[in-house]
Amino acid sequence: MYLRTTIKTLNDAFFMALEAIRDNLLRSILTLLGIVIGVFAIIAVMTAIRTLESSINTGLNVFGSDVIFIQKSPVIQMGDHNSRRKYWRRPNITYDMALELRDRMLGAEFVSAQDGTGGKTIRFKKETTNPNVGVQGVDEFGLEALNHKLDYGRNFIPEDIEYGRRVVILGTDVIQKLFPFQDPIDQTISINGIGFDVIGTLQRKGEMFGQSQDNFVIVPITAYLQYYGNRWTSLGISIKAPDGESFDLTKEEVIDQMRIVRGLGPLDENDFEVTSNDALIDTFGSFTAGIKMFAGAVSVIALVVAGIGIMNIMLVSVSERIKEIGIRKAIGATRNNILFQFLLEAVFLSLIGGVIGVMLGIGVGNMVTLVMKNVAPVIPIDWVFIGLGVCSFIGIVFGIYPAYKAAGLDPIESLRHE
Amino acid sequence: MSLIQVKDLYKIYQMGNTEVRALDGVSVSIDQNEYVSIMGPSGSGKSTLMNLLGCLDTPTSGEFFMDGINVATMGDDELAHIRNKKIGFVFQTFNLLPKSTSLRNVELPLIYNGEIKAHERRDMAIKALTRVNLGDRVSHKPNELSGGQRQRVAVARALVNNPAIILADEPTGNLDSKTGEEIMSLFDELHKQGNTIILVTHEEHIAAHASRVVRLLDGKIAVDEATEKGKK
Repeated sequence: MYLRTTIKTLNDAFFMALEAIRDNLLRSILTLLGIVIGVFAIIAVMTAIRTLESSINTGLNVFGSDVIFIQKSPVIQMGDHNSRRKYWRRPNITYDMALELRDRMLGAEFVSAQDGTGGKTIRFKKETTNPNVGVQGVDEFGLEALNHKLDYGRNFIPEDIEYGRRVVILGTDVIQKLFPFQDPIDQTISINGIGFDVIGTLQRKGEMFGQSQDNFVIVPITAYLQYYGNRWTSLGISIKAPDGESFDLTKEEVIDQMRIVRGLGPLDENDFEVTSNDALIDTFGSFTAGIKMFAGAVSVIALVVAGIGIMNIMLVSVSERIKEIGIRKAIGATRNNILFQFLLEAVFLSLIGGVIGVMLGIGVGNMVTLVMKNVAPVIPIDWVFIGLGVCSFIGIVFGIYPAYKAAGLDPIESLRHE
Repeated sequence: MSLIQVKDLYKIYQMGNTEVRALDGVSVSIDQNEYVSIMGPSGSGKSTLMNLLGCLDTPTSGEFFMDGINVATMGDDELAHIRNKKIGFVFQTFNLLPKSTSLRNVELPLIYNGEIKAHERRDMAIKALTRVNLGDRVSHKPNELSGGQRQRVAVARALVNNPAIILADEPTGNLDSKTGEEIMSLFDELHKQGNTIILVTHEEHIAAHASRVVRLLDGKIAVDEATEKGKK
């Protein structure tokens, strides 16, 4: 019963608050502006980051699942010139090291060496690609390690790798360019002038950040090293854990064995980097944390300023409406009726600003998807609720004093007020 | 027992060092369906008495029973409930919410009642407006109505919660004499329908509408007698 009357009071106060806001429309809109900006800032940034994150989380699945990846330097490098030189000075990872690691690793499903290079030109008869095609050197585990899926033909077999056979698996962009009307399998193409037999084709991967992920070919790592390797070539090694549970154990084993392979003493630092999909996503996360903090700070400042604005406008509103308060009290409004009315007015004022801010923020934040194809628009539901929650909070905090003042007015004096 | 039972009512204000006795021992009782006017020159305490009878204020001392309930010692919220359920106010300056429609203005006491559903509120408000012959002005705002019509909206608002008493404070003070007479005949009509009416005024011809007149002087009741109309 008490709850029901409370809900009714709230419900009626809601409509009274709406009336008051409508009656002072221009002033209300100006007050809302601060809230709109504050909420807009945080929602826009969060939406933009969320779209990037979702594309990172799907698109950045560079490695297969449960795959640990080792290379000389970190995938995303942050830091100054000195730390970059530190990575640069590390010895290269050679194919022999990869083979030795494979022999040593007992708890891995596979150990696979790979490297890639770009800017190659592929030719088939009279058709030529632009000089921007990537070449990846892998072994028979490479497709799985790099999350490629075979479409037609076959994968590499151990003999292809062992003898450095000149065979190639094509990405879809290359197929479209060179074999628009023809089955590429068993044809011979040339990569920068060296002939390779096509043994398979890959499924389409799509784009990430507007960049095609299908403009490449794959050859055996041994052939790759022979024709495209140089003194700066340092391989990456993918190690697949048997399952998700043993991932951490496998990771420890990889680090231990790799230290032996690299001939490190017990006190030496690792001279290689270990990463995985999760680690990549973490790195991206720490990258965006700064932006999030900045947007958060902007929002907090804007919202506090907006809150003071709301308090100001509510105080003006109370002193303008003393007579109204007197009338309401005379016909039976209790202190709480008046308190709720003005409090809810402040909260709704704030919430309306919040809703506008959320809509603008989602709209602008999703403009990222216009620039980058294949990035799905996102609505950061959690941040929408956080934003609106903060708005309500601000409405209450900055509305309570004016509302309290209104509720405490004496009905006789208020009625006499002109 | 009378509808309103007031005994030895005092209201004393402290203005600096001087004590102002706005009400200095007032005793009066008003019965169901009485039509009483309260008169007196300014400073006589009639506004103070009206505020007390309207439960807008509490006395310094004395007894005040309304409908058998002891009102003298109530707190703010209890008084608000009494005002909401037992009293209908009509003011000299109408005191309508300027930006709300007639319907909304009349509905307001029912909203604060807290126990009446929205559609019932609407029906009751339309019924009250029809009683004051404003059934066709439901969605007009006060500034779209004449003074007489505004006061009739105020009367409808006073009627809508079916109060024990209607308390009218100079209800014709802001109206021309012709419209004033219209409002007064509306009160006469309401009295005939069984309502209890207390009228605060300083105009004899307005007070003559009542059947009893209470004259205050210096915070005390000087005269309490039946009017010509009341004697009939």
